[in-house]
Amino acid sequence: MKKLAVALLASASLCTTAMAADDAIQVGFVTTLTTGGAVIGNDMRDAVNLALDHMDNTMGGKPVTVLFEDDGFKPATGKQATDKLIKEDNVDIIAGYIWSHVLMASYRSALKADKVIISANAGPSAIAGKLCDPNFFSTSWQNDQTPMALGELLNARDVKSLYLMAPNYAAGKDMVAGVERTFKGEIIGKDLTKWGADAQLDFSAELAKAKASGAEGLAVFYPGKAGGAFIKQYQQAGLADTMPLYTMFTVDALSLPKLQEANMTGILGSEMSMFWSPEMDNPANQKFVAGFREKYGRYPSFYAAQSYDAMNLIKSAADALDGDFSSTSAVRYELAKANFDSIRGDFEFGNNHMPIQNFYARKVVEDADGNWTTEITKTVFEKHQDTYAASCSM
Amino acid sequence: MDIVLLITQAVNGLQLGVLLFLLSAGLTLTFGIMDLINLAHASFYMLGAFFGATVAIYTGSFTLGFFAAIIGVLIVAWVIEKGIISQLYTRDHLDQLLATFGLILIADTLVHMIWGPAGLAIALPPLLQGQVALGGVTLPSYRILIIGVGLLVALGLYWLVNHTRTGMLIRAGASNRRMLGNLGVDVGSLFAAVFCMGAALAGVAGILITPITEASIGMGNDIIITAFVVVIIGGIGSIKGAFVAAIIIGMIDTFGRAFLDQIFMMIMPAETAETAAPAVSAMLIYLLMAIILSLRPAGLFPPKLR
Repeated sequence: MKKLAVALLASASLCTTAMAADDAIQVGFVTTLTTGGAVIGNDMRDAVNLALDHMDNTMGGKPVTVLFEDDGFKPATGKQATDKLIKEDNVDIIAGYIWSHVLMASYRSALKADKVIISANAGPSAIAGKLCDPNFFSTSWQNDQTPMALGELLNARDVKSLYLMAPNYAAGKDMVAGVERTFKGEIIGKDLTKWGADAQLDFSAELAKAKASGAEGLAVFYPGKAGGAFIKQYQQAGLADTMPLYTMFTVDALSLPKLQEANMTGILGSEMSMFWSPEMDNPANQKFVAGFREKYGRYPSFYAAQSYDAMNLIKSAADALDGDFSSTSAVRYELAKANFDSIRGDFEFGNNHMPIQNFYARKVVEDADGNWTTEITKTVFEKHQDTYAASCSM
Repeated sequence: MDIVLLITQAVNGLQLGVLLFLLSAGLTLTFGIMDLINLAHASFYMLGAFFGATVAIYTGSFTLGFFAAIIGVLIVAWVIEKGIISQLYTRDHLDQLLATFGLILIADTLVHMIWGPAGLAIALPPLLQGQVALGGVTLPSYRILIIGVGLLVALGLYWLVNHTRTGMLIRAGASNRRMLGNLGVDVGSLFAAVFCMGAALAGVAGILITPITEASIGMGNDIIITAFVVVIIGGIGSIKGAFVAAIIIGMIDTFGRAFLDQIFMMIMPAETAETAAPAVSAMLIYLLMAIILSLRPAGLFPPKLR
């Protein structure tokens, strides 16, 4: 009896999803909504909801629903969430993914089901290179590009000797390698710190080494809460006056309000490399940032910007196809045109469907209302393509 | 090797050790005296940070935040001890693990619901933001304060455990709790008091670390494993053992991170050393635990059992 009920329920829900697929577009969005990583996931979800507001919940004349799923910061959970979206909800397209290892775990599921998968953050080298696939698109960047831009920025700032710090995991090593690839001065010290479930958040030993090394600059990659912790200790150690700090994915709209609350003035003026900044002067970005600040009362982070772009990229394909997502090849043909107003200005996709785009130096400033934010100081790379595109056979 | 750097790193190690001691003192007492494995100890560390940070932000006073953390954690610990933990003393370790792990999940989710996922950052009073120079060695003044507070607490505990009647009962409990009960001591109240005191110490550690990192969800889960290592190396139930082991681990961890890559570079190519050093330094404390346990299976200072 119980089994029968379950079967009936299951078939009923199948019917409703099948019906919904016809007159509505369903987007699956996988991000981190629990654990400390939820700060990022919330920002992305807010941006997606703002994008839906801006498009009146319609794409190609059809109503849109976005199903958010939590990856719990774990590859296994992320894959389960992706499988659920594909098999149970039968979504038309999947987007999201903060973490490279979660994306890597979920990637196959989407490809096997012939679904288009759009990364709104993670950009692992494998997917940009050998494992590239026509069904994959990115509205962010390939992991190596931002550190390569940082290395170039350090050259431009005439930094001769550098101390490098990053967490000891795949992305951390990528970041270090990226800086090393373009930086022309000498790297006189390097620390890879413990990461994962019991990540190291006290950097006293490393900061003492950096100080003793006498390097002209300190370059770090510490995403999430480790970033805030690092910057506080950098200032408490008195390095702010003697050793300028350069960062990658460490200082953003999520960490700056907290740094301001903690009065960490040492971060003002510090530079980083990034493909985007909230004050960029193009209509799409102005509308996004103004709308985000009005709706949520804070600056959007780059994670939010990439998510907003992901939704508009999907809309561009839906509009071109009148909302008919039945043919995946037609969808990806339209997506590959990148025919929408991006928050970063015009860009195009490379052969591996990673954006070919500009990278900038931006620095931490105080805006007219006294909030800390970032501002572009110079263009480091123009129309930069990642190095792995060459090994992608597409 | 630079002597200034060496001293700086020794102070850094001492600071880490002191913080670990605050966290593991309560753990070793509950483990040793009540035979209770309390994973939720990590949650008291987190709650101390959140209570303290909230009050510090609201009132603008770090000192008030510090005391709010202690009081807040004491209240929560008392409620949890009466409601849940007291039911667990007679159960086996697996039940205790499951129940207190459940408490962690509940605490993490409650914190998420109340404070949001972002965590809280607090500013230090201007007096503590700078650095102090002691004979050529420049150190962040706040870290000196942590060491001071930690050593004071250690002294206080030493006095409490070795020179008061309560301390005598605690030591007796660590040696043979059934005998203690048979002698007519109200073991229930003693357990509750020890549990709450341990929780409050974890809360102190939590609020002390907040200006350095921040109050964040699951912050205790990151460090509780290290605290258990301290408890096991020191000898379960021994405050003295916890103190010595915490300082040793603080030093080993700090010196490993600071100098291991240079030592490795003397015996292997630079590139190999670069990848090997972080991996080995992350393992150092576990290696130490393995060595100490093979020599002294009950830890460095096991309480005498009768």
